[in-house]
Amino acid sequence: MTSPNGALLEADKLTIQFGGLRAVDQVSFVVKPGEVYTIVGPNGAGKTTVFNLISRIYDVTDGRIVFQGHDITRVPAHRIARMGIARTFQNIELFEHSTVLHNLLIGRHCRNRTNLFTEIFFTPGVLRQELEHREKVEKIIDLLELQHYREQIIANLPYGVRKMVELARALSTEPTLLLLDEPASGLNIEETDDLANYIDDIKNDLKITILMIEHDMRLVSRVSDRVLAMNQGRVLAEGGPAEVQRHPDVVRAYLGA
Amino acid sequence: MRNIFKTSYVQDIRLFEHGGHVFWYGLLLILVFAAPLVLPQFFVGEMSLVFIYAVAGIGLMVLTGFTGLASLGHAAFLGIGAYAHNYFVTKVGVPFPFALMLAGFVSAGFGIAFALPALRMTGIYLAIATLAFAVIIEQVFSHWASVTGGFRGVAVAKPNLFGWQTTTEVHFYYICLVVLIVITLGTRNLLRSATGRAMMAIRDSEISAQSMGIHIARTKVTAFGISTFITGVAGGLLAHKLQFISPEAFDLILSIQLLLMIVVGGLGSLHGCFYGAIVVAFLPQFLSLVKDVLPPSIGNIPGLQGGVFGLILVLFILLEPYGIYGRWRKTRLFFEIFPLYRRATFKRQRGYLKTERMK
Amino acid sequence: MEVLQLLIGGVAQGCVYGLIALGFVLIYKATEQVNFAQGDILMIGAYVALTLIAEAVARGWSIHLAFWLALPLTMVVMAAFGYALDRVALRPIIGQPQFAVVILTIALGFVFRAAAGAIWSTEPQTLATPFTGKKIVLGGVILGAESLAIIVGTAFLSLVLFAFFRYTRVGVAMQAASQNQLAAYYMGIPVKVIFSLIWAISAAVAAAAGILLAPIATIDPNMGFIGLKAFAAAVIGGFGSLPGAVIAGLMLGAIEPFAAAYGSRAGLPKGVPEVSSYIFMLVVLIVRPQGLFAQIYKKKV
Repeated sequence: MTSPNGALLEADKLTIQFGGLRAVDQVSFVVKPGEVYTIVGPNGAGKTTVFNLISRIYDVTDGRIVFQGHDITRVPAHRIARMGIARTFQNIELFEHSTVLHNLLIGRHCRNRTNLFTEIFFTPGVLRQELEHREKVEKIIDLLELQHYREQIIANLPYGVRKMVELARALSTEPTLLLLDEPASGLNIEETDDLANYIDDIKNDLKITILMIEHDMRLVSRVSDRVLAMNQGRVLAEGGPAEVQRHPDVVRAYLGA
Repeated sequence: MRNIFKTSYVQDIRLFEHGGHVFWYGLLLILVFAAPLVLPQFFVGEMSLVFIYAVAGIGLMVLTGFTGLASLGHAAFLGIGAYAHNYFVTKVGVPFPFALMLAGFVSAGFGIAFALPALRMTGIYLAIATLAFAVIIEQVFSHWASVTGGFRGVAVAKPNLFGWQTTTEVHFYYICLVVLIVITLGTRNLLRSATGRAMMAIRDSEISAQSMGIHIARTKVTAFGISTFITGVAGGLLAHKLQFISPEAFDLILSIQLLLMIVVGGLGSLHGCFYGAIVVAFLPQFLSLVKDVLPPSIGNIPGLQGGVFGLILVLFILLEPYGIYGRWRKTRLFFEIFPLYRRATFKRQRGYLKTERMK
Repeated sequence: MEVLQLLIGGVAQGCVYGLIALGFVLIYKATEQVNFAQGDILMIGAYVALTLIAEAVARGWSIHLAFWLALPLTMVVMAAFGYALDRVALRPIIGQPQFAVVILTIALGFVFRAAAGAIWSTEPQTLATPFTGKKIVLGGVILGAESLAIIVGTAFLSLVLFAFFRYTRVGVAMQAASQNQLAAYYMGIPVKVIFSLIWAISAAVAAAAGILLAPIATIDPNMGFIGLKAFAAAVIGGFGSLPGAVIAGLMLGAIEPFAAAYGSRAGLPKGVPEVSSYIFMLVVLIVRPQGLFAQIYKKKV
């Protein structure tokens, strides 16, 4: 289901003000179903703030967010996952003391249909639900090749694996739109190449639309269909990866000239 | 090291991971059911106190160990449970099992009523609010004489199960044991399903819990409700155990004993509640035994029990933050993978403070 | 007249709350640790002063000389105690969750109480000071010299602390350490030593509060429970604000005598006056979860 104009997600003049600072200023863009849409820009450009607005951690000062034709500007944060938007975080926010499997099962929370009383008695319905969650989660473990880490505690895992677990957790929510906040930061070249393949798989096999923030231009060029460049809370340019990279305003923002 | 070959997902969901567990827990169950046949009356009485403490410990563990919300005032909910239970039994004439459940619900009612406005507080503020709540509730116990008997307190009769008047410590032992088993299983079930996972998610990272679709406020209120329900039930049992309840029975010291229990036992594990309950229930007996050996100048200090409790707590936090259960896991792992054990396996990660206050 | 009389008594009591709350806030501001043993440190300070003064008087020194020597000496002894306490018990758990510190300090409080009972007995004792029993009558209001000493002492200590944080290098370093431990460490600030120093200062302030409180109360191992009310003051004051702590302490001190005097007349249920400070704190926490003064403090920085 999409908006009349064919958009999956539509940001309309998003603005947020922190005290005297406009972290995001009149940012508008449209994400179409099935594409990989990337936001680039120097540090402090307001990219993560845009994500926080979409996942409703912050309230917009002005503007509108429309997802699948629904206005989600005032929807409470915990409803967002169920509506089909999942995200990862720039500085990994996993449940440190739990296993990988447990983390992914928490990702299934928004698809849960049991209630407190059936859970206390662990009725057959709850068992069925748990098995269903587990099967869904195992598919994602297979997809991202995490079998080896299934039972390990997050705190004992290397950084690159944690990033993948976070991606897996976001996928466990069965999203329509996946927000990836700097998925390649801290990854080495091989891991980044793997990530690019995974992103292709997610897009082509799982049919999930991706909205991504990324600095690694090699990855951006390889996976993105369209790119949006931001600086100081404003949109600089939008278009294909190569086109945006050549845009004079973007070059200036990065070189600080 | 035990290697378990899993062939179905149900294996990970079941109550017991493998045959060994079924065997050992089964044996334990047979032992505790047979214990009153061989143990002297006094020990049977002490064991029922262990069971009651364990129930209360599970209550606090749900809130503090699994949801990460510290409470410094849980004795108040024990007290509410105790008074409510006694009120329903003596004044209203509700049969014992229902009165016990009602006591749980009354306690949960107070817990939820407290939690709703308290949700906006975080960390230390919440802990202090629970402390203030407990102090206020203690005053209510003292002054609401028509229900609580005021400062003088009220006597509590032995439980009467639908006309069968229990008389001995052994009868009461079985009542406590059954309640403990029911509460343990219920909590275990909760922890292995969605609500339990949501609680632990909130403990570890509220922001990502929210992004996974967990309703933070509702889950916290649920945790408060369940925790105070269980603690209230424990309070009802405790009333019978004490045979006499007065406001000072539910003071700050009891709240701290409850905390001691879950910290010494091991935060974040159900096993910990049991280990902690054993320590807290038997320590006073142990101290009174030791007293005779110690020189009177040390043995007769009025605050000795509190001091020893405090010292144990200090030593655990400094030396074994994972509690007895953590120590047990380390010891087991040491032998399982001997000689490959590394201390770093359980090393805690330190988080260096970057204050959020200025944001 | 009655109102004024109540107010002065309340202010004196409030100053003690404020001083203890200052100790809480000092530690919290610098380390984000919450020291539940503050009241018990006060209790130990009072006992140390009691011992020193009794010793001096027994040697035939005048009470004036004994008191004025014992006061600074007690603060020094307690500062050393605070430093050692941090070094031995708190430093090993730097970087652990806040909750661990809360439980640790509560437990330490129990240990201190038992130890004090063993050393000094649990019988309540009174501290003889030069102010004991002296009174000043001002326009019909009777002013105890003890109360006056508390008010003057609190004002003096608050000014010293303010100047310390504002103008000394160590004070500024403490503020830096409080905002980002790692960054402060990289800037060459010895964070661990700073923390121990903070504990030392806080213990000295608690000792001073203990000495000031002793003449209007009695000294016994449980006198530290006054710390709980001071805690309420610190919370109401926003926990990060030194002036906030003092002001909130004064507010609590003022509320209590009035609740006790007029509570039943105003139709409050029995028992409410005893817990008026906690009720006030709960109300503040519910309405403003960050404390009354935190916002003001934030804007300035």
